[in-house]
Amino acid sequence: MRTFYGETLNTPFMLGTAQYPSPAILADAFKRSGASVATVSLRRESSTDKAGQDFWQLIKALDVKVLPNTAGCHTVKEAVTTAHMAREVFGTQWIKLEVIGEDDTLQPDVFKLVEAARILCEDGFQVFPYTTEDLVVADKLVNLGCEVLMPWGAPIGSGMGLNNVFGLRAMRAHFPDIPLVIDAGLGLPSQATQAMELGMDAILLNTAVAKAGDPAMMAEAFALAIKAGQLAAASEPMEPRDMAEPSTPLLGKAFLD
Amino acid sequence: MVTVTVNNEKRTTAASTLFELLEILDYGDAVVATAVNGNFVPQTMRGETLISDGDNVEILAPMQGG
Repeated sequence: MRTFYGETLNTPFMLGTAQYPSPAILADAFKRSGASVATVSLRRESSTDKAGQDFWQLIKALDVKVLPNTAGCHTVKEAVTTAHMAREVFGTQWIKLEVIGEDDTLQPDVFKLVEAARILCEDGFQVFPYTTEDLVVADKLVNLGCEVLMPWGAPIGSGMGLNNVFGLRAMRAHFPDIPLVIDAGLGLPSQATQAMELGMDAILLNTAVAKAGDPAMMAEAFALAIKAGQLAAASEPMEPRDMAEPSTPLLGKAFLD
Repeated sequence: MVTVTVNNEKRTTAASTLFELLEILDYGDAVVATAVNGNFVPQTMRGETLISDGDNVEILAPMQGG
């Protein structure tokens, strides 16, 4: 498996921590997922209930790598400031850089994304940019120092799967040595398998697991699906062809007509 | 006394630095990150970061995220 800024992950599964019915279900889902990375965020902390402190203890107990995000940021300044705050709190250079440009699709604003990535890479951050499958943007991100790319599968939380298979295949071909993580838009394990079969290096998802009727079971389903796709990609699958070709040998077939 | 906005709530405080403000508001040893007027203030700088009337203080902590 490829490394992510020098880190080897036990499994190519990155799982979000939002929207679970309870902290116990979140922990159970992580256990059954075998996920190697948990995405987390920063929000205002009340001095009375200090909810963030309990959550942080829960995440630390999962014993996984933490990938803080800049979710909800719409400007370069917001994203950069959030990244600095996250680095101090979570003690990691990793940052999942999101700069949202459009609220209906939560599509990244790739112009601001590139600018924020430039600032953060120069400042020593290890940036995981949430981007589109646009190769020109991706080239700029890589040239600025991003060693991982995270193209979307479909809009965040939509569960639509891979909206642009051609674009993702082109991205894989264009960046054979850059780890690619499908981030967002998956709803079903079969879509994760498809992404891995395309040669993606990891899957990041949240809603599909957290909003399932049984999140822990769905987490395991995704883990198995990701593994299936990973094995399939590594096993050099056959090329599809237009016409049938018998799989059973004709040699030795009896004349019975 | 100064009046500042902390996490979108107006507060009047005797604190003169960001460090004192966190103490007065009872954040104690909580794991938080701070920003004043949109600028990140590292933990090590809180003691020398002065609080002025009208400042906007954000105090953030780990939270669920996707």
